[in-house]
Amino acid sequence: MVAQEALRVVRCGGSKLSGTRAAFSADAKSLFCASGDYVKVYSTATEECVHILQGHTNLVTGIQLNPQNHMQLYSCSLDGTIKLWDFTDGILIKTFVVGYKLFAFYTLAGSEDSVFIIIPKRNEEASDSFQLVSVKLPKIPDQEVEAKELSLILDDIGQSPKCTAFGREGEYVASVCGLHLLVYFFKKKKIHRFPLSATSSKGANNYFTCVACHPKEDCIASGHKDGKIRLWRNFNHKREYTFSTLHWHHDVVMDLAFSVEGTSLLSGGVESVLVQWRDGSDCKKEFLPRLGSTIEHIAASPNGTFFCTSHTDNKITIIHSNLRVSAIIQGLVKGTDVKTGLVVDPRTKALVLNGKPGHLQFYCLQTDKQLYNLDIVQQEYIHQIGLNQVDLVKAAFSARGSWLATVEQREDKETELELQMKLWSYDEQTQSFTLNTRINMPHESHVTALCFRDTDELEDVTPTLVTAGKDGRFKVWVLVNDSDAEKQSMGWSCDFVGSYHNYPANNCCFSEDGSLLAVSFEETVTVWDSDTWDLKCTFCHPPGRIRNLCFGRLSCSKYLLGTTSNGFLCCWNLLSCALEWSAQLNIIVLQPDPLSENIAAVSWLSEHSDLFVFKPNEPRPLCIQRNICRGRVQWAVFIPREVPESVGSENHKWLSRSQLYFLTQTQDLMTFSTKSTEERLTPSSKQLAIEESLPVTPFYLLLGKHRNQQQSKENADLGTAVVPSHLAQHSPAIKELLHTPAHVLPSASFLCSIFINSLLIPKENKSAGEVADEVEMDSEKAEDESDEDIEVTEMEPDINPTEILGEITPKLSKSQEKELRKIRRMDYSWIAAL
Amino acid sequence: MGEFQVHRVRFFAYVPAGIRCLAHSARSDRLALARTDGALELYNFAANYFQEKGIPGHETRSIEALCWAAGDRLFGAGLSGDISEYDLEKLRVKYSLDGFGGPIWSLAADAHGTQLAVGCEDGSVKLFQILPDKIQFERSLDRQKGRILSLSWHPSGTRIAVGSIDLLRVFDVRSGHSIQRILVDRCLQGPQSRECVVWSVAFLSDGTIVSADSAGKVQFWDSEKGTLLETHPVSSSAVLSLAVCETEDSIVVGTSEGAVYQFQLLPLKWGSAESQWVRTKPFQHHTHDVRAVAHSATALISGGLDAQLVIRPLMEKVHGKSYDAALRKFTYPHRRLVSCAKKARLLLFQFPQHLELWKLGATSATGKDGDVLPVSRAPEHLLQLKSKGPEHICCSCVSPCGSWVAYSTASRFHLHRVRYENDRVSIKRVAAMPKLQGSAHQLLCSADSSRLLVASDQGSVHILELLEPGGCRHLQTLRPNSESMEAVYLLAVSADGDWLAAAGGDWAINIYSLRHFKPHCTVPAYNCAVTALAIHPVTNNLVIAHSDQQVFEFSIPSREYTAWSRKVQQHGLHRGWLERDTPITHITFNPKEPAHILLHDTHMFCILDKSLPLPDAATSLMNQITLKQLSEKARRGHVHAFKICKKYRPLLFMELLDEGSLVVVERPVMDIKTQLPPPVQQKKFGT
Repeated sequence: MVAQEALRVVRCGGSKLSGTRAAFSADAKSLFCASGDYVKVYSTATEECVHILQGHTNLVTGIQLNPQNHMQLYSCSLDGTIKLWDFTDGILIKTFVVGYKLFAFYTLAGSEDSVFIIIPKRNEEASDSFQLVSVKLPKIPDQEVEAKELSLILDDIGQSPKCTAFGREGEYVASVCGLHLLVYFFKKKKIHRFPLSATSSKGANNYFTCVACHPKEDCIASGHKDGKIRLWRNFNHKREYTFSTLHWHHDVVMDLAFSVEGTSLLSGGVESVLVQWRDGSDCKKEFLPRLGSTIEHIAASPNGTFFCTSHTDNKITIIHSNLRVSAIIQGLVKGTDVKTGLVVDPRTKALVLNGKPGHLQFYCLQTDKQLYNLDIVQQEYIHQIGLNQVDLVKAAFSARGSWLATVEQREDKETELELQMKLWSYDEQTQSFTLNTRINMPHESHVTALCFRDTDELEDVTPTLVTAGKDGRFKVWVLVNDSDAEKQSMGWSCDFVGSYHNYPANNCCFSEDGSLLAVSFEETVTVWDSDTWDLKCTFCHPPGRIRNLCFGRLSCSKYLLGTTSNGFLCCWNLLSCALEWSAQLNIIVLQPDPLSENIAAVSWLSEHSDLFVFKPNEPRPLCIQRNICRGRVQWAVFIPREVPESVGSENHKWLSRSQLYFLTQTQDLMTFSTKSTEERLTPSSKQLAIEESLPVTPFYLLLGKHRNQQQSKENADLGTAVVPSHLAQHSPAIKELLHTPAHVLPSASFLCSIFINSLLIPKENKSAGEVADEVEMDSEKAEDESDEDIEVTEMEPDINPTEILGEITPKLSKSQEKELRKIRRMDYSWIAAL
Repeated sequence: MGEFQVHRVRFFAYVPAGIRCLAHSARSDRLALARTDGALELYNFAANYFQEKGIPGHETRSIEALCWAAGDRLFGAGLSGDISEYDLEKLRVKYSLDGFGGPIWSLAADAHGTQLAVGCEDGSVKLFQILPDKIQFERSLDRQKGRILSLSWHPSGTRIAVGSIDLLRVFDVRSGHSIQRILVDRCLQGPQSRECVVWSVAFLSDGTIVSADSAGKVQFWDSEKGTLLETHPVSSSAVLSLAVCETEDSIVVGTSEGAVYQFQLLPLKWGSAESQWVRTKPFQHHTHDVRAVAHSATALISGGLDAQLVIRPLMEKVHGKSYDAALRKFTYPHRRLVSCAKKARLLLFQFPQHLELWKLGATSATGKDGDVLPVSRAPEHLLQLKSKGPEHICCSCVSPCGSWVAYSTASRFHLHRVRYENDRVSIKRVAAMPKLQGSAHQLLCSADSSRLLVASDQGSVHILELLEPGGCRHLQTLRPNSESMEAVYLLAVSADGDWLAAAGGDWAINIYSLRHFKPHCTVPAYNCAVTALAIHPVTNNLVIAHSDQQVFEFSIPSREYTAWSRKVQQHGLHRGWLERDTPITHITFNPKEPAHILLHDTHMFCILDKSLPLPDAATSLMNQITLKQLSEKARRGHVHAFKICKKYRPLLFMELLDEGSLVVVERPVMDIKTQLPPPVQQKKFGT
């Protein structure tokens, strides 16, 4: 590991799964989808992510199976490379460097050495004209190959991969752009252009949106903006072409796909209904309604058992060919606006934010998976333009996560503001939140902030919630016991209403120990005693509206920090009631780390956002990171790590215990990382999880039981692992056989004898060489797996002293112990291998 | 353009009859059309879709089926049970023959034009032999139960496919036996008990039978095995009509929802023989049942109960300008149904079975351009004249003085003397009518109301003298020098009563001298139909409008085209003028402005000023609105000969009365639509 590593901003989980068409493997057992810079391999049976193919350095824009080898996958990216993967093992096989931004990627079964890509004309970023070119992939055994042999096929086409499709047996390629359908015939080398008029007298909007080609017949299906689907035929004649029209969608047709045999055509759009048209007939159509949100992409599996639809709410639905939903892969739902901000659920450490309209989503960043959705508004969402829906605007958790407070509002020009605050208690039995109290109109006007008092659950302090409103008041809500004779119930009610010169309150926050409450009223910060609700003192140093407010933590708990709208970051000392220091910075996001004194502040000046991490008691910031992203950072949050990570450089130590996530203007969730390639997931463990959930096959009955027995035996004599048992010896042979990809395996006749041998009870005089081989193989594996841990152990001495010097928490020592235990175990095996 | 006081007449309650059947003849490129009132019309596609000929309807003679056979012979059959052949020269039924099988629903001729097959109510299919001057019953195929609603010959002439209720049959012509019986399944939705009527069948040369039925399906059957090949549900209501193009790769069907669909036989893959019928283009030009469709080599033709004839050229088959590929819609006849008594300010409206005489209203107010003047005296319905007998009126006229009304049916000619006493109108029929040879096709009164000109068969024109107090005398019959078989359908007489121009079905225009009762000359032949004729009151120049929108001026005294006409031909007419859809149906003149010619078609009214330069291709034809905004000086540079007004449409008639007042007769399409029965209920998205 390099000592000085640069801090990088990386896209973390929650990237868009529905950015491109997903692809199925040949047996439809796995599904590939591009997710940010990665390609994810999901199991269609279990919805689990099996592999993450990492290697691209920019958005992946296209994925397609290698038509020559169904165990390989091509992916292309905006970073200008095409990569070939072995997806069963998650190995990068080859990289082809093209050097242009690649927007779409197509392969053909017929042409073995060339693929088709869409690149911008003149390779400019701002260029809005694109061309389809074929690239010759050189057959050089190198890892990284330059592929520069491009030949132009179609010019001035649409950028979207949906706008180009290859026809039956690669005889032609169809591309739509604006009001034109272009068809290029490879054999005749001729282009036919079929124009449509922009609008018709009946108000049709004929702009093309997508195209698909029939796999067996000469038929092109095109989708249009007004919801029509046209089936073009006879287009090899310049004049005598003809088309028939299918019309069901009332809005844009987002994507089209033919089934493998071409007997049915699938279409989807804003209606979130998948329509299956049989035999290209207007009358024979079937529907799969209520898919949740707009269908963006449709893909069909090569063996015809599945379809999948990608939706705008970052979801992939796997649909059986009889139009039954078979699985749903849900990513981070990204709405148009994250109003609740980024909140951490203290219980699950999940990221909580606005999900589907009116819902709160709990998202696990570690597994990059949505945990669950909590329906807050509990009203039917109606897809209609211009309809004002109830919106979830605020959410907050209590310190232990046993209470959740949410605020929803509906604002209409004509009607009055509707506000509702809901308090949810965590139910241990159902493992979910249940509605406890509903408060209508908690404030006369918008609720600007709400926070719980962080109290130790040990002390018998009633849970307290403070809300600040634009009506110039802050209200304290406490949980009271209003049980009567018949039923026992706990509810929240208002305990105290405070105001300060009737200024609108914009922020509120509790100090770490919960003894002080700071509320900002326009330009003034007021500090209140949380026991008596007395106004203790006010701060009003720089004239400017208070934007953010937070207390320092741990050793810095005597400080109160605030940012103002006129570009100041101020730090007040609560003991002296004076301004400690101030800095002129246009801070837009101020976020304290719950586990340390560190505070992250993001400033924004016209173009880029900068990050500052500092301790309130130190004038010098710990870390300054310029240009973390383009545009404003919307929200940021520290999420505690499950296991503290070792960080090499002193500058990045603030990242060791919790990780900073932030949401950019373009709704991308980003984080900071010091590692060049991250491995948040351990693929091998995942793979095991998959295998266990696979259905029982006859092969499994034959071998699996056998192996299970061995495993149990192995487990039994784990303590005496030094002595190799005879039975344990042939387990690697079987494992080898079953885990090596089929295309790498030697012939079956060669394997047969080894396999049979491995099943036999061996005699003592077994060939020594073979045994040695196997052992070597084993040890290599062990080495691989322990690689990471060794690194950790190496780092450990560096970290430990500092940790001990700082403060000793029992939690840390426990993890340390765990670490040590691990090292001990690993070390033995490692030495044994040597 | 000049200012007129315009009588905007909207009380002509004309409702065209619905279209019942169509037959297209590829050989002559003509379309025969039968309406529900039994009227027959003939459109010439070569002459810019002009309605060349018409045979008036008949109360008892409805036409259910039409077919062309043996060249240009047209046969029709109807619910009266008669099979008729039409005489297209004399514009009447040549002969009728009873089929003896009850009402006839279908009629088809075989590919060679030697046999006619007729499908009857009693379930029999009868074969008739087509002889040069008649048809003769040959034999009957095996009689089955159920009326025969549709039939189609196999192109080889050995098989006939027949559509009945709930089933299709295939007959062997030689043996006369039914060799195949195919059951057609009933409605896809709704009660099973509703029977499925096979409204139309077509037998393709590869043995495929195409059927269109009341359950809304178009189905393809194998005639050998009797199996269903393909089903295309087209409509939720009935599919009423079906036609196949000659190359058998395209089919057109019409539904009762007013939609017309095209089916095309398309190869699945290029170069492979496997092909498939695909429903390609939908057209919704009708509001009501499309009872008849036809398929020419380049166009889909459909006619419906909303009385519209729609010709939709197929874009891919027309290798011409975009104008050739434009959609044509015909709602109004290309004939004049209104005549005007200029001096008496009367209008005579012709309906199929009666005439209406109206007196125009008057106003005492004056106003600026564009003002609507209040009516001081409302228009007055003077009388309604019902024709006797089952025959429909084919032509009518009122004399300029308003005291004579003449009309004619196919067989009889009537003349009435109208008297106005104070506020009372009395009418007296002229009983002693001279016996005229042939039927009248057009009537015209001379300007002084002393003579009545009757256009008749074989190019002849009869001249009758109108005698006071109520009689008439046959003066002379004029015949052209060259022998012509075609009937005269247009007449024009000069204001001084010396000259008569007559245009016949062979498009020749003969000019006669009425002073000497002999042919004067013939206008040089022009190979396009004449749509309107008029003689200038001052110069005695004959102005001729043709269906290809050309306008000629022929000087009668000097027997040659005038210099202006030559100039027009040399310069060429403006594209905007040539690409109009409807023919010019009436020409008149303004005596005060001798250089002006007033003409109109259905969509516009135009004053052609001969003194002004002709427009060239760069200028816009319709420039009246832009001219209005220009200053007097700038206007001079932009004016051209065509002054077009599109304010009044659809225009059925226009005539200049004296003293700068103009009468226009309009019949808005909406007024016709309100007269029609409600269309089939259709679910519309978003309602």
